[in-house]
Amino acid sequence: MNVIETEQLTKRFGTFTAVDHISFSVGEGEIFGFLGANGAGKTTAMRMLCGLSTPTSGSGKVAGFDIYKETELIKRHIGYMSQKFSLYGDLKVWENIRLYGGIYGLPEKRLKEKTDELLRVLDLEHERNTLVDALPLGWKQKLSFSVAVIHEPRIVFLDEPTGGVDPVTRRQFWELIYQAAQRGITVFVTTHYMDEAEYCNRVSIMVDGKIEALDSPAALKKTFKADNMNDVFRALARNAKRGE
Amino acid sequence: MSSGPWLEMQKEESKRMKQFISFIRKEFYHIFRDKRTMMILLAMPIILIILFGYAITTEIKRAPIAILDQSRDEVTQKMIDHLSASEYFELYTMVNSEAEGQALFRQGKVRLLIIFPAQYASSPDASVQLLADATDPNEATQLAAYATAILSQVKVETINSPLSTATAITPVVSLLYNPLMKGAYNFVPGVMGLILILICAMMTSVGIVKEKEIGTMEVLLVSPMKPVYIILAKATPYLLLSLVNIATILSLSYFLLGVPIAGSLTLLVSVSILYALVSLCLGLLISTVADTQQAAMLVSAVVLMLPVMLLSGMMFPIENMPKILQVLSNIVPARWYISAVKDIMIKGLGARAILPEISILAGMAVFLVALSVKRFKIRL
Repeated sequence: MNVIETEQLTKRFGTFTAVDHISFSVGEGEIFGFLGANGAGKTTAMRMLCGLSTPTSGSGKVAGFDIYKETELIKRHIGYMSQKFSLYGDLKVWENIRLYGGIYGLPEKRLKEKTDELLRVLDLEHERNTLVDALPLGWKQKLSFSVAVIHEPRIVFLDEPTGGVDPVTRRQFWELIYQAAQRGITVFVTTHYMDEAEYCNRVSIMVDGKIEALDSPAALKKTFKADNMNDVFRALARNAKRGE
Repeated sequence: MSSGPWLEMQKEESKRMKQFISFIRKEFYHIFRDKRTMMILLAMPIILIILFGYAITTEIKRAPIAILDQSRDEVTQKMIDHLSASEYFELYTMVNSEAEGQALFRQGKVRLLIIFPAQYASSPDASVQLLADATDPNEATQLAAYATAILSQVKVETINSPLSTATAITPVVSLLYNPLMKGAYNFVPGVMGLILILICAMMTSVGIVKEKEIGTMEVLLVSPMKPVYIILAKATPYLLLSLVNIATILSLSYFLLGVPIAGSLTLLVSVSILYALVSLCLGLLISTVADTQQAAMLVSAVVLMLPVMLLSGMMFPIENMPKILQVLSNIVPARWYISAVKDIMIKGLGARAILPEISILAGMAVFLVALSVKRFKIRL
């Protein structure tokens, strides 16, 4: 069953077409990489899927709900982690967890269990009362992801979640993503780290608002006769007209 | 079965309430953990009251004066005694010529020069000349008015021959509501107008813009929490905080400055809440325009603080302003609030008397809510 489906989805700002007739679908439990250079239209496409922005034309469904009319319902069934990182630095670790638990309407008892479980999995039990600002970036990102899926959403959208950390920390972060996918949560992730692209089940590459390629990393490498995803990406992005 | 949907709705309602409470709790953490801002918020009303109450005062106290007495008779002597005994004036020196007095003016030693003409006592029609330094016109008028009041009082007392006073009509001015002409009666409402707008508008706009800046606003907008609730939750703590400040200001002004609260306290607080709502909406509007916290702060200062200080009648009387500024002052919410507060606190008037102010403020609130909600939606 597909949890994301779009058909000719388009967004124009005046005469500028940010997202140009994209059609794709993402299956349940899939880890879907959404790649593209800066300005290719990734963020705009993602905002439409999250119900933050109304499309100009085309159609789409997220978690079975219409992206024009049922944005309220969509919001209840998705999680979101932004590239700017979603936690409050002046709140303690457990206060952040409780805040998002409260916003997503988790019952008190369930929230308590969830908090303990989450801290145990992240090995953050001793940092329960630490202000988030005092945590290293890698930990903040892991915590941020765990909070984004605290309500066990159908899909979680990750907007460049691992900016600024080393490959080892990124690898640890991806462990969490795999665990979530195993629980049936679909992961929709934008990134510009090509090592991360390799971790995805399927990858789409956007160039100038259009999806130019969509397949598994292995198949893409074969099609473009490339050794790694970096070369695939370069081959496609070379023709881009839009810059930063 | 028929109770099903109703139960569902109730569950939904309690969920929203929980969301709202979690969010307000978070806002309080933000406020309480930012010690510096917290200090400013709580200390600001106290500092302003003390500043306006004791340091920046427009009241005249012990203004140095010089007197040129060309008459040297009983009457002028009595007038001089009265002038120097009054709390408004202090006799700096007697001078022997007008030129000497002018020199003192230029040196800034005296603020008022009083010249008695020769044979003053025997010629009741002769007039006393008052020279005041009009670089500060407000002060000059006030000094002259005080001096005139003292002089005419003495004149009435001493030259009370039926001949001279029979024809002269001496106006008796009695000052209502503020018989001692205390500045506090004027600035306490002004400070309330200033503090409320600063806390509600500036803090709300900075708070919202901060979430945009650090990126959490996006996460909140993707969450099932409705934008209206996000805004309400952001505004509530500041509304509560400004009530604390109102209480501080009122107690300080009552106990320290001796300003009475003649009217209903409930009415006073209600009007204050209405004005705080208008301020919150202004803050919200600013947050839709500004992209950084600094910008929000700057816009708040220029767009809100200056008009409150200059155009609300807090420091300068509106009636004395050029026509265009008078018209402009109508759109400054603080003008209406301050006027209402004065009516309630000082004159002890009831709700009916301040109906125009209440309706104007309510109208402003409705207009601003509509405008900012529209703008907030466009920004999404």
